[in-house]
Amino acid sequence: MGESIEDIEIQLLLDAVYRHYHYDFRHYARASIKRRLLQARSQWGYDSISAIQSAVLHDESILPQLLNFLTVQVSEMFRDPSYFRALREKVVPHLRTYPSLKVWVAGCSHGEELYSLAILFAEEGLFERTIFYATDINPAALRAAQAGVFPLERMRLFTENHRLSGGHTSLSDHYTADYDRAAFSKSLRERTVFSDHSLVTDAAFGEMHLISCRNVLIYFDRELQDRVVGLFGESLVRGGFLGIGSKESLRFSEHADLFAEFVREERIYRRSSQ
Amino acid sequence: MTLQAVVIGTSAGGVQALSQVLPRLPADFPAPVLVVVHVPPRQSNSLVDLFAAKCRLPVKEAEDKEPLAPGTIYFAPPDYHLLVEACGTIALSSDEPVNHSRPAIDVLFESAADAFGPDLAGIVMTGANSDGAQGLRAVYAADGQAIVQIPATAEVATMPEAALTACPDARTMALERIVPALEAMIAR
Ligand SMILES: C[S@@+](CC[C@H](N)C(=O)[O-])C[C@H]1O[C@@H](n2cnc3c(N)ncnc32)[C@H](O)[C@@H]1O
Repeated sequence: MGESIEDIEIQLLLDAVYRHYHYDFRHYARASIKRRLLQARSQWGYDSISAIQSAVLHDESILPQLLNFLTVQVSEMFRDPSYFRALREKVVPHLRTYPSLKVWVAGCSHGEELYSLAILFAEEGLFERTIFYATDINPAALRAAQAGVFPLERMRLFTENHRLSGGHTSLSDHYTADYDRAAFSKSLRERTVFSDHSLVTDAAFGEMHLISCRNVLIYFDRELQDRVVGLFGESLVRGGFLGIGSKESLRFSEHADLFAEFVREERIYRRSSQ
Repeated sequence: MTLQAVVIGTSAGGVQALSQVLPRLPADFPAPVLVVVHVPPRQSNSLVDLFAAKCRLPVKEAEDKEPLAPGTIYFAPPDYHLLVEACGTIALSSDEPVNHSRPAIDVLFESAADAFGPDLAGIVMTGANSDGAQGLRAVYAADGQAIVQIPATAEVATMPEAALTACPDARTMALERIVPALEAMIAR
């Protein structure tokens, strides 16, 4: 089948967003981008993708809403508890040997993963020696991460996940609840630098000991995954750790040989020393 | 048409129903078969083991960015949507649930309809909700083959009924007719 008109329009929209706003979605996994753009179109009542293109080029106030369709903000605290358990039991003993630590949460969404790591580091006595970098391209998500407030109804799941991750404090020690919201303690983010950083278009971050980038690579095509894996290689100290999502893999990347599997089932890798 | 892929969606009663379909696929079946069954999140993917023991074709959990291989049965992993890219590779995503489900049948069917057009067969079987109905309509609209289990023969008729409401021209058949119908599509 030839390229459909819709596919042409999507390509043109992504080109336009890149050229005008420098957000680069051109190498995101296309089937999922298409699905979300078609959703935006029907939700906004436009009759074509081209109409979205025209709207976003001429009215920048639409961009944040479009970003909310183009990026996926699904997350949980201590998502996949066994990943956090593996960090706690297998990675933390190595991290303890460093006098100071840098941790990068890339694609931090509303902060669920960042607060999880901050609590884990506090529980393991590493918090005071660590600086956290939390980055995302979605400004609304970054603002939410900085605020650290979640709907109270989510705490049941987060508490269960935290317990399964081997947490030895009570999650409720770390937040205050008012009637429908849970606000995480300010001290958990006092050692965090929040910044707008794109894995697609921005440069490496130096000398990290741990990079946790989960459920972000899955949205990229192979070529882009490859770039990002290279960027992680450059950003880690020798012997530093990289954790990715439970359905992601370095298998298809040319830069895979920068890394050795460290905890295979949990997709935790270690930067090799060559 | 040349059958390039088969997509199957089912929910309540689905394991039983699939047991009457997948093991009948012959060892030389040429197309990949992608299956979404609604399972509770976090349930380990025992479906793969269950069906690997019963089927003549290789059975595996779908992996992100994996190229589709002929004659292989892929199950969506729990808690991820399963999609196919136009270039014939698998994509997983953790987007919001669709129809309260992740994986969702609509997500697989719509992406497959897009990728394979007339060379696709989509099959909706027993289930207690209406996921798959829009997806089947997309398969049909792209000139693919739309097949629905005869609702009266389904353990739970809601899903096949909803599929027929959305896609009234779909062919209905009993489970044991499905594999012969797919084989006939290959022979054409
Ligand atoms: C599905 S969420 C994952 C959240 C969290 N890491 C987790 O695993 O639960 C994906 C996040 O990646 C962000 N993202 C998408 N493209 C990005 C890019 N090019 N650079 C940095 N972050 C990106 C999205 O805005 C979103 O917050």
